[in-house]
Amino acid sequence: MEERLLVTASPHIRDHSTTRGLMGYVVIALLPCVLASALIFGLRALLLVAVTAFACVAFEYLYEVLLHKPNTVGDLSAVVTGIILALNMPVGMPLWIAVVGAFVAIVITKQLFGGLGYNFANPALVGRIVLFLGFTTRMTAYVYPDMAVDALASATPLNPNVDLSAVSFMDMFLGLHGGMLGETCILAILAGFAILLATGTIQATIPVSIVATAYILTALYTGDPYVALLECMGGGLLFGAVFMATDYVTSPFTTKGKLFYGIFIGLLTFLIRHFASMNEGMSFAILLGNLMVPWFNVWGRQVPLGYQKAKKAKQKGGDA
Amino acid sequence: MFKSLKRSAKGAEVPHGKATAGQPTVQMPVPEHVVIPMSMHIGAPAEPVVKKGDAVLVGTLIGQAKGFVSANVHSSVSGTVLDVAPMRMVNGAMTTAVAIKTDGSQTVDPACVPPTVTDKASLLAAIQACGLVGVGGAGFPTHVKLAADTIDTLLINAAECEPYLTTDCREMLECSDTIISGIQAVMQYCEIPKCIIGIERNKPECIDLMCSLVRGMQGVSVKPLPMRYPQGAEKTLVETCTGREVPQTGPSGKPGLPADVGCVIMNVTTVSTLGKYLKTGLPLTTKRVTVEGDAIAKPQNVEAPIGTLYRDLIEACGGIKPGVELGKIIFGGPMMGGAAPSADFPVLKQNNGLLLFSKQAAALPEPSACIRCGRCIDACPMGLEPVATVEAFNNKDFDALKVHCVDLCVACGSCSYACPAKRPVSQTMALAKAWYLGELRKGGK
Repeated sequence: MEERLLVTASPHIRDHSTTRGLMGYVVIALLPCVLASALIFGLRALLLVAVTAFACVAFEYLYEVLLHKPNTVGDLSAVVTGIILALNMPVGMPLWIAVVGAFVAIVITKQLFGGLGYNFANPALVGRIVLFLGFTTRMTAYVYPDMAVDALASATPLNPNVDLSAVSFMDMFLGLHGGMLGETCILAILAGFAILLATGTIQATIPVSIVATAYILTALYTGDPYVALLECMGGGLLFGAVFMATDYVTSPFTTKGKLFYGIFIGLLTFLIRHFASMNEGMSFAILLGNLMVPWFNVWGRQVPLGYQKAKKAKQKGGDA
Repeated sequence: MFKSLKRSAKGAEVPHGKATAGQPTVQMPVPEHVVIPMSMHIGAPAEPVVKKGDAVLVGTLIGQAKGFVSANVHSSVSGTVLDVAPMRMVNGAMTTAVAIKTDGSQTVDPACVPPTVTDKASLLAAIQACGLVGVGGAGFPTHVKLAADTIDTLLINAAECEPYLTTDCREMLECSDTIISGIQAVMQYCEIPKCIIGIERNKPECIDLMCSLVRGMQGVSVKPLPMRYPQGAEKTLVETCTGREVPQTGPSGKPGLPADVGCVIMNVTTVSTLGKYLKTGLPLTTKRVTVEGDAIAKPQNVEAPIGTLYRDLIEACGGIKPGVELGKIIFGGPMMGGAAPSADFPVLKQNNGLLLFSKQAAALPEPSACIRCGRCIDACPMGLEPVATVEAFNNKDFDALKVHCVDLCVACGSCSYACPAKRPVSQTMALAKAWYLGELRKGGK
């Protein structure tokens, strides 16, 4: 009855999670943002998302075909990168620039470093930064929603000329102001965050620690908790905290490491926004956080069950 | 929250699959012959004391324990010794085995009389005589465990955290009286003031029953355990039940044991077997085995004589389902059990499950690149970081493996189970641990 039995080392069962499934949850969690961007900025937003996502998948496929590597398009990670990258562009972005961004993200940042799991920085993030530095005027040429006719009509709310205390909370919350496609609608981002948490795709540690750190520091610095709240709702802070800083590959894997990483990014965002010559500091803060991940993993090391104190004291140097 | 900053250690959310929990145990018809290995425990193999042609009865000593860390082996059937010969066991090791042709009468050896126990020494002697080992899976001789004199808490492991297996569950429902008498004997003679029975919450009827039985017993309590694999792992159980942490290294410089923090752990079936032996004098000769899986016709708990071949056990459960192609035979649970290359191996003292998977159920997914999601870290009950440990092993980095405490890995399989990239994490951890301990013996690099 047993001509050919399979003999393998235990365990003999696996759970149902797959890389493709997890990436699929991220795609689903991004849909509220995609939808919101279409409602706020018009249907061109959908075109931009579709073209960027397609370009990312195409670059991944072509790279792997040309280099005779196994095809990994099916894991959906390129789709995730594409959608996130597109949501980091203003609605008027020329499509060819979006394709350049996809090339930088997929080929240069991800594949040249070994593909999924080996990239040192979030591909979509590097794509965004390259576009931001290379096409600064295009990237900041926000097109404004017709619905919003208020103090925000001229610039991102983080522009120093904007008086934040005069801004409508609801407009900020619903995202009726100028900005990148995905980052304006707080409601959609929170919906996506809820999906990611409910499906167990990410833990709340990183987003919560980033936003809490940035909020507390801003509130202390400006002395106005309401303005600080609006500031945390403006720019890419929340979108980056939920969708970009939580990228598995480029964030720490222990809870303590995640906490350090979140606080670090929150702190840097605050510093860049208030003390550097940029309105928007989130992408650079995350990039620096990405580079620090190996250290956060060391500093955030878990204490195994039964780990002895004598040895712990020797290790302690890193924990400070 | 601060606990989770220290270590996540959530364990794995494995399925339960305990469909056989509600069915009474079935007595297995006596097979035509049995094969009883001399090594069904950790430690030195027993020395065979019978030869070809000898007549044996149920409970007749056929293997004499050799040394302190060893266990007696008894015949589980009445009949004639066919052969005493070397055999390859299912784990690949060679041992001597006694094959016995049964006569079907199952006459009990008149030498089997209840032992006289008056103190700790006589209890340990009785336990050694009856060949009792940890029947939950490890097979560690029980008298060695109980010999430690620093014990203040007896932990009864009734977690049965492996999916499918329900033998301990049935033991509690069917033999609760001998569980209680076994616990009483150990507590009384080994002078252990406290006993905690740990039962996973997926067995509410067992929790209720044991709670009602220990009511009024001095120092005995029941601790419901969370439904997360592996609650029954020794160190996890000690921490959950007592809050104590078994140290990485014990005072002797050897790996830490529960005894180092005043605990001794007995599987619920082991303690029940002890209770039965003290009452009847019958040594450990039969074993309840959960026969489960999608390929078996009648999944059920079977009480089989030790040495019964898997083949006969499968036959007793209606054979393989018609139209299903058998893909894998697993002895033990699906998380830590081993895969058998054929059905011609005997049931051992410490076997508690025989799983028969179809080709489809046995198929394992293809691994893909690690995405560093950290699910293995969340799952590891010991608070290790498998993703980092595997990386250190791939670099053959001894110092990094030491920092990551690879020696603490208990091979529970949770990391492999939880991995979304389907990587063989736990298997690589096992290689890493073996390599690390090997280098350590060579003098630490």
